[in-house]
Amino acid sequence: MSALVVARQPTSPAERLKDAAASALIALLLGIPMIGLTTVDQGGALRVATRWPALLAFVAVCFAGRLLLRYASDVLRARRLARETAAEATAGARPAAGGALLTGIGWAALAVALLLPIAFSDNRYVVDTATTVLIYVMLGWGLNVVVGLAGLLDLGYVAFYAVGAYTYGLLSTQLGWGFWQALPVAGAMAAAFGIILGWPTLRLRGDYLAIVTLGFGEIIRVILVNWTELSGGPNGITSIPRPSFFGLPFKPPGDAPTFASFFGLEYSPNQRLIFLYYLILGLALLTNVFVSRMRRLPVGRAWEAMREDEIACKAMGINARNVKLSAFALGAMLGGFAGVFFAARQGFISPESFTFNESAIILAIVVLGGMGSQLGVVLASLVLVLLPELGRDFAEYRMLLFGAAMILIMIWKPGGILAHREPTLRHHRPGGGR
Amino acid sequence: MALALQQLINGLTLGAVYGLIAIGYTMVYGIIGMINFAHGDIYMVSAFIAVTVFTLLAGFGISSIPLSLLLVLLVAVLFTSVYGWTVERIAYRPLRGSTRLAPLISAIGMSIFLQNMVQLTQGARVKPIPPVLVGGIDLLTIDGFTVRLAYSQILIVIVTIALMAAFTWLIGSTSFGRQQRSCEQDRTMTALLGINVDRTISLTFMLGAALAAVAGVMVTVYYGVVDFFIGFVAGIKAFTAAVLGGIGSLPGAMLGGLLIGLIEAFWAAYLSAEYKDVATFSILILVLMFRPSGLLGRPEVEKV
Amino acid sequence: MTPATTPLLSVERLTMRFGGLLAIDDLSLDVGARRITGVIGPNGAGKTTFFNCLTGFYKPTTGSVRLNHPQRGSMRLEQLASHEVARKAQVVRTFQNIRLFPQMTVLENLIVAQHNMLQSASRFSLAGLLGLPGYRRAEQAAIDKAVGWLTRLHLIDKADTAAGALPYGMQRRIEIARALCVDPLLLCLDEPAAGLNPRESAELNVLLKHLAADEGIAILLIEHDMSVVMNVSDHICVLNYGRKIAEGSPAEVQRDPNVIKAYLGEEDADEELATEVRP
Repeated sequence: MSALVVARQPTSPAERLKDAAASALIALLLGIPMIGLTTVDQGGALRVATRWPALLAFVAVCFAGRLLLRYASDVLRARRLARETAAEATAGARPAAGGALLTGIGWAALAVALLLPIAFSDNRYVVDTATTVLIYVMLGWGLNVVVGLAGLLDLGYVAFYAVGAYTYGLLSTQLGWGFWQALPVAGAMAAAFGIILGWPTLRLRGDYLAIVTLGFGEIIRVILVNWTELSGGPNGITSIPRPSFFGLPFKPPGDAPTFASFFGLEYSPNQRLIFLYYLILGLALLTNVFVSRMRRLPVGRAWEAMREDEIACKAMGINARNVKLSAFALGAMLGGFAGVFFAARQGFISPESFTFNESAIILAIVVLGGMGSQLGVVLASLVLVLLPELGRDFAEYRMLLFGAAMILIMIWKPGGILAHREPTLRHHRPGGGR
Repeated sequence: MALALQQLINGLTLGAVYGLIAIGYTMVYGIIGMINFAHGDIYMVSAFIAVTVFTLLAGFGISSIPLSLLLVLLVAVLFTSVYGWTVERIAYRPLRGSTRLAPLISAIGMSIFLQNMVQLTQGARVKPIPPVLVGGIDLLTIDGFTVRLAYSQILIVIVTIALMAAFTWLIGSTSFGRQQRSCEQDRTMTALLGINVDRTISLTFMLGAALAAVAGVMVTVYYGVVDFFIGFVAGIKAFTAAVLGGIGSLPGAMLGGLLIGLIEAFWAAYLSAEYKDVATFSILILVLMFRPSGLLGRPEVEKV
Repeated sequence: MTPATTPLLSVERLTMRFGGLLAIDDLSLDVGARRITGVIGPNGAGKTTFFNCLTGFYKPTTGSVRLNHPQRGSMRLEQLASHEVARKAQVVRTFQNIRLFPQMTVLENLIVAQHNMLQSASRFSLAGLLGLPGYRRAEQAAIDKAVGWLTRLHLIDKADTAAGALPYGMQRRIEIARALCVDPLLLCLDEPAAGLNPRESAELNVLLKHLAADEGIAILLIEHDMSVVMNVSDHICVLNYGRKIAEGSPAEVQRDPNVIKAYLGEEDADEELATEVRP
């Protein structure tokens, strides 16, 4: 059952060595043109530079890695065989315990999130970075509905994020709308785009849908770049108003009442930052509660059933297109909400923020976190945002590592690192009510 | 009129390149029923190899154009095929028989990985090379507009035609071609007949990569610049070509490529250059909506 | 209205063509209410294709499939989409190669089957999100119905287990239980006994008879296991190469020379037929 890259039979050391040598040869062939050789710009003309030591290191790592992998897989396989016989008996008890542990971690994470700005109230950097993490968490939870629950691979999710951001940008700068007025409109707008794209394409096979959504993301970006009258073109939209605290702006004291003057506080620019943090935390939590509840409703169960077997769904009388469309539109709406917040926080948006790379990052968060797992998305967002903060090297290698991780996760644990599916209802209640 | 003729030439050239890449999509789809999302990046890798080898040859002082072209093609095809093999071995083979979504995601991961790998190892900046094939034939001049057929365009068309002929023969008349076609029809039965299905699938990926490699070299010769992002857009366009022609059909891929090339060239000339990519993507969506089996493909019957 | 006068389902001159292949050739068949109709025939005779045409998965090339719904009147199944066949016409099927929702629990599988009822009770999810009493009652009713079927099919112990983790025979029963949760008027079972051991087959016989006689569900049964078909069917239709070659009671069909000829060469079935000839 388990699909490991490695061979299934135990192997002798000689075989392993031969196998590793073959891998090293492949690595050498792959490495020569990309690692061994490169071209550098020298006064306008290109010159070939060599990096033989790096190539050698790469080949050596591949050799050793393959050797180790084969050895480890043999050992693990033997262990798994031994365990499988014993596991039968405990299979029923384990998921419940895992669920309780995850719930505990979830509550702890929430407590940390709530207390974070208080603990770091004078540290702009921490609060700001945490806000970025939360934007990705919200986007991840939104995309999770589409990919994790409904099993539809959406490679253009950033388009809905862009629709939300631009809707707010335009409504606020052109018509003077406030954040809270624009939020539902932008969400509805993004959902409408989701329906416009989904209606004709959702009956397509999974991989067709993936590439169509990829194309759609590009269409939206190209339009944003070129339709200058509407979107401001490559320069984007500037001076988007920041959200206010129920009408009280975060400004230095002036004529009109401000947040600081109203509450009799001394003005500090950090107040807005902290407010933004709690705002996105609130939005994200709302998203979480909403999605978790939806999952336990008929629609949510139909999403998962659709992921499991579309044909069986139809045979049960479920309108596949409507169910998929609802997941698609809802995911788009949540992306739109995140976009509104993004625009309000930055005060400036341009097409550069909405490239395919961004879609890839959000997808990576969902995949690595474990499709359908809410907590997994938080962990993956943390890793993804914090990794580049650790240093320039990490920033450069981030997407490389994420690409590799996506492949490895699919091979070893297709459900994601935190793969644990909690049933939406139970007959035998383990610990009281449902 | 002159502009139309010029765009016809440009469109056919571009279409030949898309067609070459599209064959890779169509073949892989035919044999494993999946889209190779990393195929566009394979093409991009080949373009980078071409830049390196051209520069290297210029450094050695090899100035004969046919010789250097031949060497670059050989080297690019060789190394790029290894990339094609590796993509299948790592991102697809372990996931055969897994869930529907898993190979799609691993292939996306592979595409992201390749793009970033090239960006890291070869640099994020655009790589220009000195023109390899300069000059061309001025066909005619109307109202001061000269219609020009560049030598590089002639090269692209000739190479594409030659490859298509070779390829049709390979699939139609060789033992590998028979194995490949039988894998497309029924993989289990093919395996029972003692044919190494894994090897056939690997070879299919390598062949697709080899054609993409040729396309990569041709584009490097034609445009003279390469960057790590070219695989993304070319990939979607070639995929559109494969779908338009009917995915799974080799002549369809070529026909679709030519059509997409022409549409793009004329759209850019007469309607708007900025929205030419939007035109292609819209065609993709329209074809999938109204004629998912494409122009030359067979309709698929859903297995229940 | 007795079954003798107006059949529940009448298939008229149904033909399904795939390119050059004639999968079903001019098939006409009546299915009576509360009766079990067996469909047998060698592999590739077009039995599953016939089901696919009935349940909206394939659009037949020509011909009609008329369902006489006791409450909703007559409807043409070949004009309905697959989900409408289940929802409006209450014709529900199972699959030859079991199609459960493997990661979902057995209970969830049965709740999903009641999607349309629950979805309207949840009022586009609004009542559901707010947890209004109307929706809660509907959900409880759905759970009760699912638990009822699970208990009768001896699956209740596995209610909270992921369906994909259970043994084959159990999965077959879950699929039937799930189909029953849609409240079928006509239940189309595609090889429900495949892969079952003799004890499980015998239990299946009892269940099918009970469903037809006591629950009033008409059953259309594709099956290779003659011990099931001959035992439970009121009426049998034999297909070969897409054509109906015989029809009648189990005893009549077994004596039919065409049927014996069609099964010759397929030794297993032939032997089974021979052993079953005396009722």
